Amino acid sequence: MNSLIHARGLIKRFGDFTAVDGIDVDVRPGEAFGFLGPNGAGKSSTMRMIGCVSPPSGGVLRILGMDPRRDGPAIRARLGVCPQLDNLDPELTVLENLVTYARFFGIPRRVARARAAELLDFVQLGERAGSRVEPLSGGMKRRLTIARAMVNEPDLVLLDEPTTGLDPQARHLVWERLFRLKQQGVTLVLTTHYMDEAEQLCDRLVVMDGGRIVAEGSPRELIGAHSTREVVELRFPTDDQGTYAGKLEGIGERVEVLPDRVLLYVADGDGALAEVHRRSLSPSSSLVRRSSLEDVFLRLTGRTLVD
Amino acid sequence: MIPSVHVLEYHLVNYRRTWRASVFSSLVLPLLTMLGFGLGVGGFVTGGVDGVSYLEWMVPGLIASTAAQVAVAEATWPVMSCFTWVKTYFAQAAAPLRIGDILGGHLAFMLFRVAVSAAAFLLVAFGFGALRSGWAVAVLPISLLLGAALVAPVAAYTASVSSDSYLAILMRFAVLPMSLFSGVFFPVDSLPTVLRWVAWALPLWHGVDLSRAATLGLDPGPGAVWQVLYLLAWAVGGWFLASWRYRRRLVI
Amino acid sequence: MALPGMGRRSAAVARRNVAALKTAYWLVMIGGLLEPVLYLFSIGVGVGALIGEIPLPGGRVVGYAEFVAPAMLASSAMSGALSETTFNFFGKMKFMRLYDGMLATPVRPIEIALGELAWAMLRGSVYSAAFLVLMVAMDLTTPLRALAALPASILVGFAFGALGMTISTLIRGWQDFDMIGAGMFVLFLFSGTFIPATAYPDVLRWIVEVTPLYRSVDLIRGITLGSAGPVQVLDVVYLLVMLAGGLFVAGRRMERLLCR
Repeated sequence: MNSLIHARGLIKRFGDFTAVDGIDVDVRPGEAFGFLGPNGAGKSSTMRMIGCVSPPSGGVLRILGMDPRRDGPAIRARLGVCPQLDNLDPELTVLENLVTYARFFGIPRRVARARAAELLDFVQLGERAGSRVEPLSGGMKRRLTIARAMVNEPDLVLLDEPTTGLDPQARHLVWERLFRLKQQGVTLVLTTHYMDEAEQLCDRLVVMDGGRIVAEGSPRELIGAHSTREVVELRFPTDDQGTYAGKLEGIGERVEVLPDRVLLYVADGDGALAEVHRRSLSPSSSLVRRSSLEDVFLRLTGRTLVD
Repeated sequence: MIPSVHVLEYHLVNYRRTWRASVFSSLVLPLLTMLGFGLGVGGFVTGGVDGVSYLEWMVPGLIASTAAQVAVAEATWPVMSCFTWVKTYFAQAAAPLRIGDILGGHLAFMLFRVAVSAAAFLLVAFGFGALRSGWAVAVLPISLLLGAALVAPVAAYTASVSSDSYLAILMRFAVLPMSLFSGVFFPVDSLPTVLRWVAWALPLWHGVDLSRAATLGLDPGPGAVWQVLYLLAWAVGGWFLASWRYRRRLVI
Repeated sequence: MALPGMGRRSAAVARRNVAALKTAYWLVMIGGLLEPVLYLFSIGVGVGALIGEIPLPGGRVVGYAEFVAPAMLASSAMSGALSETTFNFFGKMKFMRLYDGMLATPVRPIEIALGELAWAMLRGSVYSAAFLVLMVAMDLTTPLRALAALPASILVGFAFGALGMTISTLIRGWQDFDMIGAGMFVLFLFSGTFIPATAYPDVLRWIVEVTPLYRSVDLIRGITLGSAGPVQVLDVVYLLVMLAGGLFVAGRRMERLLCR
């Protein structure tokens, strides 16, 4: 078995509520693996089980070939964790946060200092080493948390929604750093509800909904299997976009009606748009774009991802 | 004037959810102190103090001290919360309220808390037969005056510090010593000269002294006027300090 | 998991607190040291001047400050240990979410608890030692008795620290802290701290005598006044049982509290 993470029928229950409902996952060394899904899909519960801080309620889970129930500390020694909410130490400086954290892994103080300085440069926080955590921006805090997750030179890095709540510029900076880690051969496992993030970073991903895995593959494969090449988005000047659905029948493979627009799934977007006009339907706006994971999700669950 | 009533109203509405917890700290604990010290330790003070029993002697001091505790407690963590955690003040400043309205309304609420605690304690002391004179009702306005002398400057302090560690520092280095050495538990006459002057400089002793004269039915003498004026000076000075600090924080 | 690893990781948790010491926190810590001293001067010396001397149950008569000082030492050991293991522990867990970060490392819940306890005890021992030096300087006890009282006050701190850890695992939210604070204050007032328990009515006296702070005061007072006897052995046993029981319960519940 060559998987860093191996799960079969993995279940997490909180009382009567089943957060993760029997999932199978394998993560191979060196890949960037994503859990994609809306809030409440069970991504974070899965991540906490993989991080060995939340015991599974059922099924098989092996992390780095070990059993989290028995070998928690030994597994965590080789994991790097970047949680959804930054839990940096507000009473310590940026540098002290890394050094103190390294001590929890038993890393000698001298080694910890050298590594902390290196990591701060890597996440472009070298100049803030002596600063307190509180005045840092959201993006800086997230980068510091990522640096902290690297302090034990982990075999596997877990990132729970690494860019949620960040502004676009800060997001791109985080992505760029994560991409560098990926190039260095670090295995990344991340959760996200952003399509662009999953497409940017993940070699392979699973789409989760309601605690189950509804699809699996590379971003390209998923789009190929569950969507068309292009999508036409139409907005009609009415309160009920559904009234136009019938009139669009036959154009492309599928029509999807949303509260504010109608989506046409087609191979050739421009051709389809021409056909719409030929039927003398006049949308107030129209847009032709490539299919994305958003469309895959819509197809699989009948719901949009970010609402 | 009217806008600060609306601010007061906000704090009163909020208080409806938390008043139970405050009953404990502002009534039950002072009551236990009265039992533990007034009756317990008092039982060993065989000679009494200044011709009255230890219980009768210490109760007015304890009421004043409780008023001071409530005042300081209300002007520290809740104020810090309004600035940093819940950010109530910023929400209020976004409404058509002036700094004076926000500050005045909140200070009025703090004085309301002081008045309720002092009145409740006074009733209990009456039940214990620890009041010797009808003048004891004067303890209420005295507590309010003492409260005003404390809430305003303490709110100014809270508005000036960056973390709640400084509030803990204020409690330990100023409020606790003030409570222990302002003639609540033993006469300040037995303090060394320097410390006696410190006690006289702080507001609490004046509140204790005036309250004691009231519950024992003693003639406070002409000095009382100066004591009242001195406490007023703390309140007015504190008001200006607090207005200045609040403006600094809220008008950026 | 080997014991050395456990000790090292607990030490790393305690070390975090040393790293967090900044100007403001130092002042807060000195404030903690100041508190029993202020009470000693106010009640022990100030009110003591009104009381004069106080008779002990054995018939011996001692100065009031001599009587109150050991009680202040025991109370401050209690409040220091309890506040570090309840208020501060809860704040770090819920407010700063520090332990979530620590638990992502090989550190285990019980190691966090032990590390925090070790830190509280280190701090408490420094406080106790300083207070004992003051007691000797004020001629309230002899140097030799003070030396013997130090381990006793550390034991008191450990016992209350273990109790505090157990309490932390039961806390539902901030509203419970009013209860803890009130509980501490009641113990502080009525544990034979300011007057001998024999002054209370019989029923009340028996209740007082089984409370942990009373046993602690009794132990330390017995040592600093040089009147220790078999009862003080009972006190030590009482505190040891409290320590063991607290650690046992906290150890079992800590896992459930931190890893859900």
